[in-house]
Amino acid sequence: MSAQAEAPTIDMDNVQPEDHPIAPFIRMDRMPHIWCPTCGIGTVVKCYAAAMEKLDLDPKTIAIVSGIGCTGRVAGYMNYDAFHTTHGRAIAFATGLKMARTELNVTLFSGDGDLSGIGGNHFIHAARRNMDLLVVLVNNFTYAMTGGQNAPTTPLKAISSTMPFGNFDQPFNLPHLAASCGASYVARWTSLHIRRMTKTFEEAMQRKGFRFIEVIAPCSTLYARRNKLGTGLNLMQFYHDNSEIRHGEDTRNVDIGFQEKIICGKFVDEPEKTTYHENMHTHYEQVLGDKYVPMPPEGGWRDE
Amino acid sequence: MKADPLGVLTGAHYLDGDFAAGEGAMAAGCRFVAGYPITPSTEVVERMSRRFPMMGGTFIQMEDEMASMAAVIGAAFTGTKSMTVTSGPGFSLMMENLGLAVMMETPCVLVNVQRGGPSTGLPTMTGQSDMMQARWGSHGDYEIIAMSPKSPQESFDLMIDAFNLSEIYRVPVLFMMDECVGHMTEKVIIPEPDEIDIVPRKLTDKKPGEFWPYEVNNGELVPEFARAGDGYRFHTTGLTHDYRGYPDMTVEGQWKLVTRLMDKINKNVDDIIRFEEEETDGADVVVLSYGITSRVARLAIEKAREKGVKVGVIRLIVVWPFPEKQIREMAKKIKGFVVPEINMGQVVLEVERCAAGNCTTTSVPHPGGGVHDPETIVEAIVGAAK
Repeated sequence: MSAQAEAPTIDMDNVQPEDHPIAPFIRMDRMPHIWCPTCGIGTVVKCYAAAMEKLDLDPKTIAIVSGIGCTGRVAGYMNYDAFHTTHGRAIAFATGLKMARTELNVTLFSGDGDLSGIGGNHFIHAARRNMDLLVVLVNNFTYAMTGGQNAPTTPLKAISSTMPFGNFDQPFNLPHLAASCGASYVARWTSLHIRRMTKTFEEAMQRKGFRFIEVIAPCSTLYARRNKLGTGLNLMQFYHDNSEIRHGEDTRNVDIGFQEKIICGKFVDEPEKTTYHENMHTHYEQVLGDKYVPMPPEGGWRDE
Repeated sequence: MKADPLGVLTGAHYLDGDFAAGEGAMAAGCRFVAGYPITPSTEVVERMSRRFPMMGGTFIQMEDEMASMAAVIGAAFTGTKSMTVTSGPGFSLMMENLGLAVMMETPCVLVNVQRGGPSTGLPTMTGQSDMMQARWGSHGDYEIIAMSPKSPQESFDLMIDAFNLSEIYRVPVLFMMDECVGHMTEKVIIPEPDEIDIVPRKLTDKKPGEFWPYEVNNGELVPEFARAGDGYRFHTTGLTHDYRGYPDMTVEGQWKLVTRLMDKINKNVDDIIRFEEEETDGADVVVLSYGITSRVARLAIEKAREKGVKVGVIRLIVVWPFPEKQIREMAKKIKGFVVPEINMGQVVLEVERCAAGNCTTTSVPHPGGGVHDPETIVEAIVGAAK
């Protein structure tokens, strides 16, 4: 009883949006956001903000980069230096940002179509380099911003606006793609797993290298409606009943079939794996010795 | 501000145009290059990747040209002077993010060592056929700066100008070389660092919380800059945006932004254009050219003068924006312009538009792979003088 007595009381009539614990991490002047009711992207943003609240990092060391699409709008709502770039090029843009100011901690938010469709080449190369980027991919199995077309992640048999008779185009197993290309950290959750997702963001922010987190999220407006899967609540129920946590699972076994089991968890975690930057510095120090002048962590800016 | 001595290889050198352009970029303070190999431009990044580790510069070979251009914009937002280098096919792929650079008002330089096209065309042979792509290549309405050097020495000198203009107007500058200039080797004098003027990034002195990334006051056209990582927590986007950098999906917002993006170049044309003029007073015919073609035209001009034709010369150094006012006035005083270029007639269209029927305009086309036979230019000059 005493614990209850100490709990803060909320005056619901007078509570303001700015009073929300994650408000400092969000551009509250841009609320309300554009996402549909029951969309999972807001949950991902909330979990990231909650992780940031916990970590208490200097906000000026954080940068957010997004591509195009529903999840591409995340950069516009995060209260950091934030870049809403071109379709598919978020990773390439972020690579330049990170390489020119290495002290930045760069997080990307983008969708499955943006990062694995049009941006797939940048994805595999950044993973190969173990480029020091945290990539959060929200997978709603469809191109949602444009009206629900088939994506490289649409499960077989699922209906999309451009596969009206059901999809026959083999989808990606994204954790396996990331892991096989060299990512040092790979995890997957659904937007139902808010506590675990938040923990994963916290942990991944403190790791280095190419860190890939896939979040399966509902698009009830398009994907769920066309496939007669019900509302967001039905999808949450589906995630609850059909997701299975298997930490350390071989990523070859985590592909997703239509309305089949979703394997979640942390699949890869190699904190010692060296990054592109570390490899570059170590190599130049070895071969060039004292002649090597590294770019300063605050960037190649000289104002003398 | 003067050049950082680490990037300046003071002295007399024997360099090709590609190397000279790379040296110019390093002297200008460029410290980030992202690129993808493509003939005949690759020597620029080969030179820079060899020298960069000794001057605090970073080169990364990206997976393609779309990535290269995107990385350059990302790097430029840290305040680092940034550049990419390519040729025709890569130039096409860079058009997507060139538009982003324009929209985000990103200072950066894009080098295109032109070869023959379309498509893979003539990878190792010269061309000037991307000049209209430089002007119009990315979708939407915008204004850009494009320059064309005629020699290795000018590839060095003009590159410093290119970086400086990109800083002043917060616009990508297209450095339109051609394979001949890129691969010709000549003497290049690199001055002392304190003889090289560098325009630094116009950083805001506002405090975080008071700063909006695209705010302009008192009729100014170029906003102040904040570097990512300095605590301003700004947002920028390729969407049409307001002074806060927030999306603004209105016709009014579109008018305001597109007008300012174009005005910042159009209203400063007199400060941006660079061209050489010779014996145009009293001339009957004026030969207008740029890049390697201006040097090929030299022989033709001398031959035509021997035949008694009064020939004037205009060599464009900055091709875009175009010296519209000057060409318009000149057209009223001469019989005709002759425009040789290594394409099937691109910049000649702009000359013809500006001449507005006040004189003739003769195109001397060449599809690429080589330079003009000077006799074809002589013929055109003599024809235009009649």
